[in-house]
This record gives sequence, C-alpha cells and structure tokens, in this order.
Amino acid sequence: MKVLVPIKRVIDYNVKARVKADNSDVDLTNVKMALNPFCEIAIEEAIRLKEAGTATEVVAVTIGAKASQEQLRTALALGADKAIHIETDEKLESLHVAKLLAKIVEQESPELVILGKQSIDSDNNQTGQMLAALTGRGQGTFASKVDVANGTVNVTREVDGGLQTVALKLPAVVTTDLRLNEPRYASLPNIMKAKRKPLEVIAADSLGVDLTPRTQLVAVHEPAKRSGGIIVDDVAQLVDLLKTQAKVI
Amino acid sequence: MKTLVIADHDNGVLKPETSKTINAALKLGFPVNVLVAGESVAPLSEVIASIEGVNSVLIADNSEYAQQLAEKIADLVVSLAADYSHIVTSGTTTGKNFMPRVAALLDVAQISEIIEVVDADTFKRPIYAGNAIATVKSLDSKKVITVRASSFDLQGTQAPAECVTIDAVFSSELSSFVSVEQTESERPELTAAQVVISGGRGMQNGENFSLLHGIADKLGAAIGASRAAVDAGFVPNDMQVGQTGKIVAPNLYIAVGISGAIQHLAGMKDSKVIVAINKDPDAPIFQVADYGLVADLFDVLPELEQAL
Repeated sequence: MKVLVPIKRVIDYNVKARVKADNSDVDLTNVKMALNPFCEIAIEEAIRLKEAGTATEVVAVTIGAKASQEQLRTALALGADKAIHIETDEKLESLHVAKLLAKIVEQESPELVILGKQSIDSDNNQTGQMLAALTGRGQGTFASKVDVANGTVNVTREVDGGLQTVALKLPAVVTTDLRLNEPRYASLPNIMKAKRKPLEVIAADSLGVDLTPRTQLVAVHEPAKRSGGIIVDDVAQLVDLLKTQAKVI
Repeated sequence: MKTLVIADHDNGVLKPETSKTINAALKLGFPVNVLVAGESVAPLSEVIASIEGVNSVLIADNSEYAQQLAEKIADLVVSLAADYSHIVTSGTTTGKNFMPRVAALLDVAQISEIIEVVDADTFKRPIYAGNAIATVKSLDSKKVITVRASSFDLQGTQAPAECVTIDAVFSSELSSFVSVEQTESERPELTAAQVVISGGRGMQNGENFSLLHGIADKLGAAIGASRAAVDAGFVPNDMQVGQTGKIVAPNLYIAVGISGAIQHLAGMKDSKVIVAINKDPDAPIFQVADYGLVADLFDVLPELEQAL
C-alpha cells in the first residue's frame, strides 16, 4: 500500500507571529520556519504503517517556494521514500492546494493520504476534507487512532466530547490530530541518507489547475491587546475581586 | 440572497453553538433558514424554529444522518445549495468535518472560523492561533463559512417559524459509523466550559493536579494543562490548552504554575478574565493576566479552595 503525506512549511510553533507595519500580512522575514506540527504527526503515522508492513511506500509532497524542499528533506530523513515538490511562489488557498494535491493523487494512486488536520499559520482546517471531496474518497478527520485492515481503514476521531470511530473504504483520506502519535526525531545518519533520496520538482502551473484567488486578504491586524492587569496581595483579595469586580464567580 | 445555517446537535440536544451561529448568520443581512439533519429530530426542529430570527427550518430526518458523517451531510447540503448565497455552520468538530467538503464540491473557498461579520462578503478571522486577525473578502459568488461561536451571542426566542421536510436521502458507501465513546466526566468539556483551571510545569507531577480538582468542583470548571505539563507526562495530552491543543475562551481562566509560553497563550488569551498564579514575578503569563498572584501554588491552592 502506498501512502501519500502532504506537508507544509510554516512558522516554527515557538515563534510569535508579528504583523507587518503596513498591516498587509504577517511578517515572515528572517523568521524561523519548520514543518507544521500536525504534518510531523502525519509523517510519523505513515512511517509506522511502513514499519508494521502495512505500507510499502511513503511519498511526501509539499507545495510552495524552493525553501520548502527543506521540509521535504526532513520528511525523507524521518523515513519517507521519495518526495515531490510542487513549486510555486504564489500564496495559495486551501482549495488550490487540494486541487493540486488531487493531481498528485491521480499520478501516484496512493491508497491512503495522511495529512495534518490544519496548519498553524492559516488555521483553516480544510485541505484534507477538500482533497477527499475532490478525489471522491471517504474522510477520517482529526484522527487519534488509525487501523488499516482488509481494504478498510478504521479511524478514531477526536470529536467534541469524546471519540468517534468510522470505517472508511480504501482509498481514503485521513487527517491527524495531536494524540495520534509522538513523532520521532531524525537521526544524523538518516539526515545524511535523505540527501540522496529522490526529490521530484513539478511547476505548479504545469498541473492544469486554475489558481485564480478566491479570497482577498484585505488586512491583518494585531489582536486587541489585553489591558494591564493587577497583582493581588493574597487569595482573599483575588476571590473578592473575582466576585465584585470581574463578576465571574 | 438567502443564508442556510446547518444546525449542530447530537439528535437529542441542540449545541449552544447553533444559536450563536444563527446570531452570526443574521449579521449577513439575509433571511436565515436552518437545516437540521439527523435521526428523530422533530423535537429539535421545534427548538430551532423558536430561535429568534429563524425564517424556516428544513428537516432531514433519517437514520443515514444519525452520526453526522461528512460524506452524507456534505451531499445533502450541496443538494440544497442552489437556493442560497451563504452557507454557514459552527466551527465545532462536526462543522469543521463536513463543511470544507461542501466548499470543494461547490468549487468555492471556505472562510473558516469567523469572529466578526464586516459585511456580506468580508469577515474577520484569527490566524496564527489568534496572534493575528485577518480581514478576508470572499470573491466567490457563494460563501461557505464556519463560525467561531464563542465570538457571537446567543439568540433569544420567537413564535415558532415554519418547518419544511426534506425527502431526499443521501447515503454513501465511502464511510460507515463504527462506534462512539463519550468522555465520562463530571466536569464540562474544555472547549465548552465557562471556567477553566489549568496546571503547568510548576505542578511538578501528575498527582499534584488533584490540588486543582476541589477548586474545579466548586467552580464547575474544566481542567486543562500546558504543553510543558503534557510533555513532562504529568497529564494526558487531551488536556492540553494551546496552539496545538485546545483553543479555549471561557469567562474565567485560571493558570496555575504556567509560565506563559507563546504556544500556551495562543490557546487561552481570548478568555474574558485571566488569573495567573506563579511564584516567578517575571513569568510572561502575568502580562496577559487580569489578576496575578505571585505565590507558591502549593500554599495558595488549598487556600483558594477554602475561600470559594
């Protein structure tokens, strides 16, 4: 079984995003970038499926500027067999990304696509579901457990208030939640080996997908700052203020 | 121009997010119809028909919809889409699951988790875990939108609107329901709780989290944790509040022994009132706290429980 893992290069989760002075967007100049945390979990799950003998090949794919090859190399170092870079300098929306990925699904015919439930920059939580719709596949979103057997994948989903398990007919699309696994770190020998693994580059505009923007980013602002709080002397004062001033207890 | 809201429910109870989503939908300025898809939802449809501002309720009552599987709900919504300029649902795990599927099938973008309606085409939404607010204009003729319900108010009630039954049934071979496991807890869900009390690395170990239990019981609070506490193995990671965990916005958030890393602040800084208890006066958590108490948590937690 072939597993396709779409991944994304994003701001490192330990870095605070800052808004540009002209409010046109978030400023990513000289900001540390990394693999999106939910994508790390997706790669880990695919590799575990391969280690368990369920998957035979793990293909990582990303869409973005040349620099995103760094994250593909990370995926290869973690254990992916090959990588595909769909190159573009455009800022694409989830629908575009899903359409481009659908072309790769057509080309690679993976039985399972595993991807992060959302990226920590745009916070859209859309691509997996859209890809499932566009490729006519079932979807198992926000997975905390994935079991593949007999042409079916059982996905336990983290839903509000508990867990829901669904059975999807393969081929299918799964998106990862935090509890699915704990991603490993790449070892130095594997990082060296990853440099020799195949990485195919495809120009985004060669895939025949209409990439016309569907939304316009009008402005980006800092969220309203919290007004300065006060330091209380003791528990008694705290409880008193919560009751009489904040009126929340 | 008309708006379709898809109700979020568990067949028995309407999620409060639905009323808030209707509140958001009405701000678009068009008549709002509400679709309720599920099994034995007649009593629910009466509740929805009585929510202030609802024009009519569309009832899709069939066992096929009992589990809200995305493949079926999306096909049902797409079948109704021609009549609507705006399709809206709440950004719960149910809405987040089926709505992008609807958008892709309609070949339109989705605007996720709006916190403000600027006009019928333009919306504000948090990006970078709320560290920035984007104003986004939809260029599609049809808008598909999910709503962050905590940013909108509950609607009042009205004399019941008309109800219309939808006969078409959509089934799907792609997925099937296996089981559901409800979290067994006396305490409210983290994302729905009015009060949240969270512990961080300062709790020192998992056993010490029991110091939060008595306070949580008295306040009807959910218990959360920082990523540091989860990574240290004190508590399971479904308790994690933060950028990669749960995003919460309760009326009262109490951070205990939490330094206030960016990743944690991203998950709780929209709370109405924030209390921080930390023995380090320089901890960044105090910069977002409305009320700070610089003290050893092991001294003040028993005191706080007593004082409530």
